[in-house]
Amino acid sequence: MNEIQRNIIISKSRLAKGTYEFWINNELIAGNAKPGQFVIIRTSEKGERIPITIADSYGSAFRIVVKAVGKSTIELCMKNEKEQLFDVVGPLGKPSEINYYGKVIVIGGGVGIAAILPIAKALKNAGNVVVVILGAKTSSELILKNEFAFADKVVVCTDDGSEGIKGTVVDGMLKEFEIEKPNMIWSVGPAVMMKATSKIASEYNVPILVSLNAIMVDGTGMCGGCRVLLRKEEEGSVKEEIKYVCVDGPEFDGRYVDWDSFIRRLQQYREEEKEVLEKFLEKVGDISWL
Amino acid sequence: MAVKDRIPVPELEPSERKKNFTEVSLGYTFELAHQEAQRCLQCKVPTCVSGCPVGIDIPGFIREIVRGNLKKSYEILKSYNYLPAICGRVCPQEIQCEGACVLNKIGKPINIGALERFVADFANQEGFDDELGKVRDFKSILDILKNTPTKVSALKSKKVAVVGSGPAGLTVASELGKLGIKVHVYEALHEFGGVLVYGIPEFRLPKEIVKREVIQLETLGVELFKNIPVGYAIHPKELLERYDAVFVGVGAGTPKFMGIPGSELNGVYSANEFLTRVNLMKAYKFPEYDTPIKAGKRVVVVGGGNTAMDAARSALRLGAQVTVVYRRTETEMPARRAEIHHAKEEGIKFLFLTNPVKYIGDESGKLIGVECIKMELGEPDDSGRRKPVPVPNSNFVIEADIAIEAIGTESNRFLLSQFPDLKTNKYGYIITNEFGQTSIPKVFAGGDIVTGSATVILAMGAGKKAAEGIVKFLTE
Repeated sequence: MNEIQRNIIISKSRLAKGTYEFWINNELIAGNAKPGQFVIIRTSEKGERIPITIADSYGSAFRIVVKAVGKSTIELCMKNEKEQLFDVVGPLGKPSEINYYGKVIVIGGGVGIAAILPIAKALKNAGNVVVVILGAKTSSELILKNEFAFADKVVVCTDDGSEGIKGTVVDGMLKEFEIEKPNMIWSVGPAVMMKATSKIASEYNVPILVSLNAIMVDGTGMCGGCRVLLRKEEEGSVKEEIKYVCVDGPEFDGRYVDWDSFIRRLQQYREEEKEVLEKFLEKVGDISWL
Repeated sequence: MAVKDRIPVPELEPSERKKNFTEVSLGYTFELAHQEAQRCLQCKVPTCVSGCPVGIDIPGFIREIVRGNLKKSYEILKSYNYLPAICGRVCPQEIQCEGACVLNKIGKPINIGALERFVADFANQEGFDDELGKVRDFKSILDILKNTPTKVSALKSKKVAVVGSGPAGLTVASELGKLGIKVHVYEALHEFGGVLVYGIPEFRLPKEIVKREVIQLETLGVELFKNIPVGYAIHPKELLERYDAVFVGVGAGTPKFMGIPGSELNGVYSANEFLTRVNLMKAYKFPEYDTPIKAGKRVVVVGGGNTAMDAARSALRLGAQVTVVYRRTETEMPARRAEIHHAKEEGIKFLFLTNPVKYIGDESGKLIGVECIKMELGEPDDSGRRKPVPVPNSNFVIEADIAIEAIGTESNRFLLSQFPDLKTNKYGYIITNEFGQTSIPKVFAGGDIVTGSATVILAMGAGKKAAEGIVKFLTE
């Protein structure tokens, strides 16, 4: 109610196979969103609440980039221009801490590239030397590369070597470290990538902010489902702390994240996710065109 | 005069109800309500009224049931209690009105809760609200405005924002809406009702009843906006600029964890998450609804309050064997007696004087057991209850694939973190005067975000007081 003009998809484009960019009309989100924040979307009355990072905003619209991997994201990617999304709430989460750090490496993998775009831009505007490292399986899946022209340097890594360095973002990161150790790192992408980059940052003792894509329900600190275990060594003793990704994050220093339990928690509902996906695919048929 | 026995309220059979989420209590029929109402002694000095947090004229509304004048009975209820259908179902009557009933001395008290619910449900069925039009405002508000038509008409140009649509917010919105004030309600979730929709399960409070209250607000001209996280989507500063007064009723919804080892294991839930998945997201209808829930085979629920009972009974309905562990004894359990009774009837096991110390997981990080320790009661603590102390070397393991912690909630900092000028106490709850006015004169607050986790009726009462405060503030 009272949202008649809100949450309408005003533009949709295919960035890669199964990966779509949406511009969605919602002046409250567009007008207030800061780099690092996210929205929660429901695609239907019976849908889940899925958190998605805000990739940009312009005027009264904000941008998200979605990869179709499960039922909810496939359903979202099947929405078309002029359609209204069922529920959209945001902006949520603490914004990225944009300051002057000096040299900053900003790493994005997969759809995480969309999430780092506003962060990298803001860091550049704050006077930092920004080196962007983008990772994808293959060149055709690399998204938004041209939008990083503002950066001081852009390094591309593809698993198959079809573009840039043959290897993962970790390889790109190590090469950059050889040139000059950065003062700060951002790393957003699949959990395994964030874990691997955090390990390197730990070894070199450089702070690294990762944006955790935990499973959430309300997104406002009311359920604790997205909790993450942080482990810090202080004065010889290990201090463990539970934080809520939705309100204390989504960004945390990856050096202190207990990655094993984080990754396990991401897989909590794997069987159920498979079940709804199969049921959905029975209904909608082949989606290989997506 | 011999006191007749309390008339039992018809309920679904435990064997039937534990398989579904249908409301357990079926409520009185008119005949049963009439019989129960006749048991009321109509005391000259009614102790029940002093036991009610909002001072409902209880003998009055019961008298009208005896007379068969249910419209009048409803009017009486509604002039004190904005949410009688809800409070009749979820109030802890045994420590309030019914606990104070004189009949306790010689037998069972009047079933005031069931009578309240009966009248409210009957009123809905008969459409009394539509018929009576805008059922009158609380008397206290009319007193403030008495004989001053200029004040009444001045209110019509005022705008008030209500943040949070739980029991406190709904009450404020209704009271101010009836006076012609322009009221905007902001809710962060995708449904209105706060704890009434995400916390309390369908089998205790059908969501249809909450919807009804929301629809009534809309007929009053109150505008409701869902999916708006005030603090982030609308900055508090903006609210202060755009509205003549603001009411904050955001609840105390942040769950606490005991913080014992293994809390990050798969299978460990907060009661808030478990209940939100079930109630708000309808995970009990998975896969028809997309949100999943792990009900498990063996569930351990930690805690002794109503939330623990709700979580335990929800898990049971999802097909699990459920054990509630509580560190004190049954006597100290804060849950309503009726809910403990219902839980036992349905086959939930209770282990008293027991406290978890560790969650045990398998190699894949899934919960397989809860290590507990036996407790004994020591000296009374700050709450006056005897403090449970662990019995050394009494550890034992309960096999469980799901554990649900229902050990309480704390101040939700979501909005407050963006509102630093608002003064809070050391626990993070907002400081107000008796009319809900905060350190910022045009900002009022009420409900759990002021008192800490409490009851629906207290939140509603706070909403009523705040509505009075706002009316005074806007007319002075």
